[in-house]
Amino acid sequence: MRKQGAETRAARYAMLIDLDRCNGCGACMVACAVENNVPPPQPAATPRTGLNWLRVFRLNTGGRDAFIPVMCMQCEDETPCQSVCPQKAVELDPATGIVGQIPERCLGCRYCMAACPYQARVFNWRDPQWPAGMERALNPRVSVRQRGTVEKCNFCHGRWQAALEKAAHDGGSGPVHYTPACAEACPAQAIRFGDLNDPEFAAACRSGETFRLLESLGTGPKVFYRTSREEVREATRGFGEVKRG
Amino acid sequence: MVDRIDEAWIARGVRRAPFGRFLLWAAPWAALLALGAYAIFLCLRDGLFHTNMDNRYVFGLWIFLDLAVIALGAGAFFTGFLLYVLRKTELRAVINSAVVIGLVCYSGAVLILAVDVGQPLRAWFTFYHPNVHSMLTEVTFCITCYLTVLLIEYVPVLLKNRRLKMKPSMLVFEYNLHKVMVVFALIGTLLSFFHQGSLGGLFGVLRGRPFAFREGLLIWPSTFFLFVLSAMAVGPSFVAVTTWMAEKITRRRLVKDEVYQTLGRISGKLLLAYVFFKSLDTLLWINQTAPERGFPAHRFYEYGGAFGTWILFTEIALLGLVPALLLLKPEWRARRGLLIAGAALACLGVTLNRFVFTIQTLALPTLPFDRLLLYWPSWQEFAAFGFVLAYGMLVYSFSYRYLKLFPQERELAMNEAKR
Repeated sequence: MRKQGAETRAARYAMLIDLDRCNGCGACMVACAVENNVPPPQPAATPRTGLNWLRVFRLNTGGRDAFIPVMCMQCEDETPCQSVCPQKAVELDPATGIVGQIPERCLGCRYCMAACPYQARVFNWRDPQWPAGMERALNPRVSVRQRGTVEKCNFCHGRWQAALEKAAHDGGSGPVHYTPACAEACPAQAIRFGDLNDPEFAAACRSGETFRLLESLGTGPKVFYRTSREEVREATRGFGEVKRG
Repeated sequence: MVDRIDEAWIARGVRRAPFGRFLLWAAPWAALLALGAYAIFLCLRDGLFHTNMDNRYVFGLWIFLDLAVIALGAGAFFTGFLLYVLRKTELRAVINSAVVIGLVCYSGAVLILAVDVGQPLRAWFTFYHPNVHSMLTEVTFCITCYLTVLLIEYVPVLLKNRRLKMKPSMLVFEYNLHKVMVVFALIGTLLSFFHQGSLGGLFGVLRGRPFAFREGLLIWPSTFFLFVLSAMAVGPSFVAVTTWMAEKITRRRLVKDEVYQTLGRISGKLLLAYVFFKSLDTLLWINQTAPERGFPAHRFYEYGGAFGTWILFTEIALLGLVPALLLLKPEWRARRGLLIAGAALACLGVTLNRFVFTIQTLALPTLPFDRLLLYWPSWQEFAAFGFVLAYGMLVYSFSYRYLKLFPQERELAMNEAKR
């Protein structure tokens, strides 16, 4: 059940990912890492300790493989990670509907990671390091996180901030329009970003072919998936065989 | 000469091993302590990549064992409650030992927690801007306060040292502390009640983890109450097991048989009540809670192996019902071997319960296209916990040697000498 007032937020940013278009190229993962200053994996890091705000799962349904990008779902109903954080390092922004992570306040207890049903949160097991010279290419709009803190997708908060400043400069008001790095980089245009308060976008998200992951948990995820393939929709409901992309 | 170097510090009327032999006993524990200290240093200096935890296994051996030792350490608050509030005076024979065990368990757990978090220097943030909706906030507040209470409760035990008792001011202080100890016992009970419950609540509130999520009463999931009850049930059992171990190691009788009987009887009754409510909770979870969230409960056990249905059966029947019966039936309880076996099985049962909630919850995938993952702790994780074990053994050994942990020891020794 959605909390009262959710519909009246200034914006409710969401994503609609077309699984029929996604070919699993991983451009979204690369764009995400570059945009958000996610350091490259160190030699001793494993896939289980790496820093990926966005992972692409490969789903084998017997026929053609499907690829499912999974990132923070920006849950808006009793957000699981927000309620468990002991020191308010996780906040659901009522102006955007985006779940923010405040690394400067994070204790690194990882309780939020245990609470997340999508395992969309990652921990800085090591000090972040960039190859020599690469630190000059860091995005100045996004702070670099410390070792021992949790991080996750925030729908490119730096880009939202830039769009907000531009709108203020131009004298605009209301929700701003911007595009996260993954949506911009996707060569197949499989990722669509929008505001659920926009009737046209909301209707697209609620068409007959769309679904959300683990919707039955009642956390109100705001990443929607679309596919015309019934077997793919079915495999996201049961325990199908899967290979990691 | 060296063997009698500390004789003036040892209580009158009791015998202790020669000092040299005591040092030999302490040396391996000191070595383990040093190894653990090195592992902890590595984790604090370089980061938690020295562990085998990862983005899925965000909690590992440390949190699992922390939860287990805190449950076992519940003997401290519950024995205090039984003695000072319910007036079970025969438990005076083990209250000092229970306090030392509680202190060791809680301080050890807090130390490991400090290593386990990524930014330990920010721990004070929880007190400065706490999220009152988080069960972890409740745990942090209650454990910190209760550890303080345990330290206060340890002071009168410390003041029982023969040399300290020679100072009149210390005697007066100890006398006054004893008069107010009932207040601390009550505060300790309240704090311990809440944090044992909050530790259960940590998992029960995880709406995104249908394996752990439970319905409950008001803001508390059923795991809140089950963790309290299970800790109360095994606390006395752990006191009985540790007392028995101390008797075996020192080769001396330390408490009268009636003390074991009381501990066993109370533990058995509470364990039976726990098994009943745990079974009820499991049935409710299988038939209502999990399916309502889109997860038929049998799916959680389809992976077999380490996480098959055997684990549920072992937890409730083999390590719950069986020890409860062993401790409840007077004829069985009268046999020391069976009583200790029952108490030890009860302790193992609560440990397995904490394992299930910590490790199994994280091992199971929630995303339908994800897979089961396994984890094995690194040597640093084992060594860091070895540090707590060694620290506990040393504190207990020193307390036993120099303080009056078992007030009946002298009387029992005199009775044996008369024979």
